[in-house]
Amino acid sequence: MGISLEKDNRVLIVKLDGDIDHHTVEKYKNRIDDEYEKNNCKHIIFDFGQVGFLDSSGIGMIIGRYKNTVQKNGKTAVAGMGECILRIYNMSGLSKIIDQYDSLSEAVEYIK
Amino acid sequence: MEILNEVNIVMDAKSENESFARMVAAGFIARLDPTLAELNEVKTAVSEAVTNAVIHGYDSENLGKISLKLTLDSDNTVTIIISDNGKGISNIEEAMQPLYTSKPEMERSGMGFTVMEMFMDSTDVSSEKGLGTTITMTKKLRASGDE
Ligand SMILES: Nc1ncnc2c1ncn2[C@@H]1O[C@H](COP(=O)(O)OP(=O)(O)O)[C@@H](O)[C@H]1O
Ligand SMILES: [Mg+2]
Repeated sequence: MGISLEKDNRVLIVKLDGDIDHHTVEKYKNRIDDEYEKNNCKHIIFDFGQVGFLDSSGIGMIIGRYKNTVQKNGKTAVAGMGECILRIYNMSGLSKIIDQYDSLSEAVEYIK
Repeated sequence: MEILNEVNIVMDAKSENESFARMVAAGFIARLDPTLAELNEVKTAVSEAVTNAVIHGYDSENLGKISLKLTLDSDNTVTIIISDNGKGISNIEEAMQPLYTSKPEMERSGMGFTVMEMFMDSTDVSSEKGLGTTITMTKKLRASGDE
C-alpha cells in the first residue's frame, strides 16, 4: 500500500510511497482526513522519503490538508523530498508557507 | 529531420491510466538515455495532460478515450500529442493562467499547464467546445543515447 498513517500525540504522520498523482490522491485524501478527525489531530507531517513521483494533483492534496490544519491552528510540514519532487514543490510556492525538512525525524522534532 | 520511432496508443479515460501513460512515455525515450531530470519532466508533463483529459475533458466519468501519440525525431526531439474528445476549453488563455482551475472543489491546484510549459520546450493547446482538446508538447533531449 502506498500510504501509512501514524499518530504521535496530536501529530498525524502520513508516510507515502510510490507515485502521487490524481489516481492515488483520490484514494488517500479521505483516509488522511478521516484519521485526522477521528484522532483529533492538530498537525500533519507528510513523509515523501519513498515517493518517486509527484505532480500537480499531489500539490493540490498538500494544499487541502494544509487548509485543514490551519483551521485547527495546527501546522503542516513536509519531509524527505528528493530532487525531482522538490522541483515541482518549489514551483508551487508552497515552500513559502509550509516548512520542509530533510528527514521525518527533523520534522517531528520541530512540530512538537 | 527523420522520424525514428512513433507510438500511438488509445486508452480509456480512467485515472489508473495516468501512470500507464507516464510509463509509456518514459519507456519511449529510454533509448536516448535521458537524465533523471529529463525523464521526470516528460513524465510529469504527460501526467498533467492525461489527468486533465480524465478530470476536465470527461468530468471523471470514464465516458471516453484518450489518445497518446509519441514521435521521436533524428535530432533527439520527442513530440507528445495527447487528445480527448471531451467537452473542450472555451477560453484557452484563461485556462492556461497559472493557478486557474475550473474545479477548485476537487482541490485542483491549477498548476497543470504551468508545469507542462516549464518542463517541456513547447506546449500548444488547441480545443473546440464540445469536440475535445489536443495538447502538443515537444522537448529536445540533450541525451547521449544512440552512440
Ligand atoms: N482536456 C481538457 N478538457 C477540458 N478542459 C480542460 C482540459 N485541460 C484543461 N482544462 C481546463 O483548464 C483548466 C486549467 O488546467 P490545469 O492548469 O491543469 O489546472 P487544474 O487541472 O488543476 O484545474 C482546468 O481547470 C480546466 O478548466
Ligand atoms: Mg490539471
